[in-house]
Amino acid sequence: MTKIFETPLYPYQRSPDQDAATPVRHPVVVLGAGPVGLAAAIDLAQADIPVVVLDENDKVSWGSRAICFAKRPLEILDRLGCGDEMVDKGVVWNLGKVFFDERKVYDFNLLPEDGHKRPAFINLQQYYLEQYLVDRVRALQADGKAIELRGGNKVTAVKPDESGVRLTVETPDGPYLMDADWLIACDGAGSPTRTMLGLDFQGRVFEDNFLIADVVMKADFPTERWFWFDPPFNKGQSALLHKQPDDVWRIDLQLGWDIDREAEKDPAKIAPKLEAMLGPDTDYEFEWVSIYTFQCRRMEKFRHGRVLFAGDAAHQVSPFGARGANSGFQDTDNLIWKLKLVIDGTAPEALLDTYDDERVYAADENILNSSRSTDFITPKSHASRVFRDAVLDLAEHHAFARPLVNSGRLSLPAIYDGSPLNGPDVDGLPIRSRPGAPASDAPLRDGWLIDRLGGGFQLVTIDTQAPDTLDVDGITVTRLALSAKDDPSGALAERYLGEAPGAVYLMRPDQHVAARWTSFDADAVAAAVKTATARA
Amino acid sequence: MTAQTHDTLTLEPNIKDPDGFYAELLATHEGLDRDESEALNARLVLILANHIGDRDTIRAALEAAKPAR
Repeated sequence: MTKIFETPLYPYQRSPDQDAATPVRHPVVVLGAGPVGLAAAIDLAQADIPVVVLDENDKVSWGSRAICFAKRPLEILDRLGCGDEMVDKGVVWNLGKVFFDERKVYDFNLLPEDGHKRPAFINLQQYYLEQYLVDRVRALQADGKAIELRGGNKVTAVKPDESGVRLTVETPDGPYLMDADWLIACDGAGSPTRTMLGLDFQGRVFEDNFLIADVVMKADFPTERWFWFDPPFNKGQSALLHKQPDDVWRIDLQLGWDIDREAEKDPAKIAPKLEAMLGPDTDYEFEWVSIYTFQCRRMEKFRHGRVLFAGDAAHQVSPFGARGANSGFQDTDNLIWKLKLVIDGTAPEALLDTYDDERVYAADENILNSSRSTDFITPKSHASRVFRDAVLDLAEHHAFARPLVNSGRLSLPAIYDGSPLNGPDVDGLPIRSRPGAPASDAPLRDGWLIDRLGGGFQLVTIDTQAPDTLDVDGITVTRLALSAKDDPSGALAERYLGEAPGAVYLMRPDQHVAARWTSFDADAVAAAVKTATARA
Repeated sequence: MTAQTHDTLTLEPNIKDPDGFYAELLATHEGLDRDESEALNARLVLILANHIGDRDTIRAALEAAKPAR
């Protein structure tokens, strides 16, 4: 099991850049080869924008780390060519149980809506995801795409100006300089780029420690998420048990604030708690033990001229609700098509300011949800604990209290209501598919709607006429013509038509709705494309 | 939204037999220690809030319950 952590995936190799007389200039440099940085790079390479990824390490990250991946990020990973690997290897789960003290107070089923290619959630160790993303980078390289992964390259200085960024990069062979038109910083919660640029990272510190013990065990616990409030084996604190592939189980124990972190990591100290939790006869071995604290905070802006921040570097949430890595993929999903249009000269730089508008909005939503979960799980005041316990007591007997139990909410994508990119809406079409919303998947006669969307602007017509392609000042809009006969389950009509006989949806390259109508009007579509590319 | 501008929260007498209600409230707490009483009150607040349901009315009640300054 430790092999994957020890195998260099992108070992340091000397680059011709290091021997160049003057710094070599690249269109885009990505800092950080974690999930978010690799997703950004793959998205760019698929759009034929040359990209170099720099990372001071050369292996997958240590330990399981992020383990819950939600439907929307899986759809994004589908577009990046890694969705099947994720879902084939991952554990699909729907059922959660909540315990208070020694009693089960209720269970819940995520009850995912039918008619989606991807499940509501899968559990998968982050190192598998990173492995799949690196495999995808290699496949793109084999196809001749300009995507480069430089391990052992540590950026020690970042100097932005109006037209780009100069980087100083430390390597085992010494330092070199390189230039980038655009820099995407995906270098994690402790982002050195953020620090080097002296940028703020404001928010709320939660005074609590949590122990992650990922254990390998053959146990007949069901594939469910079990969450304990104040259990006998971790009195006054919380606990979580969640299954990953390869018989690995995530155990998360709240420890409190005033603790001796090193002492708590001692397996001899952890073992009695696990025995009380799992039963005395359970054989297990530790795969990864880590103690973490967390904060909920974000940068004021994610775009700073030619430097763009994404993922944990831009915003940090508590782990409750799986909104860390999941929101990072939605950052790059939002950013890369905009950057592509700006680099191609078909949209003004102002389009990148809408990355701020939309993803800051999403980050605030994620921080709000994750802070609320955290406040429920770890009450910060006497009154807060009294109400938390009252909710749990009532939940055992009364349905009304169950929606108040908050052990982490389902990670859902943000709907960019109020985005400056949104075009017109019409009354009567389903509210879920309003401008700003991510496309709802639906089964078609021959596959899934989501697989037919993305990568460019599209006009999805349902029982309406429109040209097969449109050109709006250099931006091509291709039509996806659908009709009632493509909709055997009725889900397409339910999610996109409501009572309307037909509809026209302008979809963005990131599969979000830009505008919609009940019939085609060339001038209206052209105006909406301009709005959606910040040219209006 | 403040209690002053809100009109769905009743702050006029609305309970028949006020003495009877008050005795019943205290009787429910009979024999409980401080912690148990506090927990009971919290459950009661949640049950009543759910019964009201309307967020504006609940918000007005929260305002009205704040200590006078």
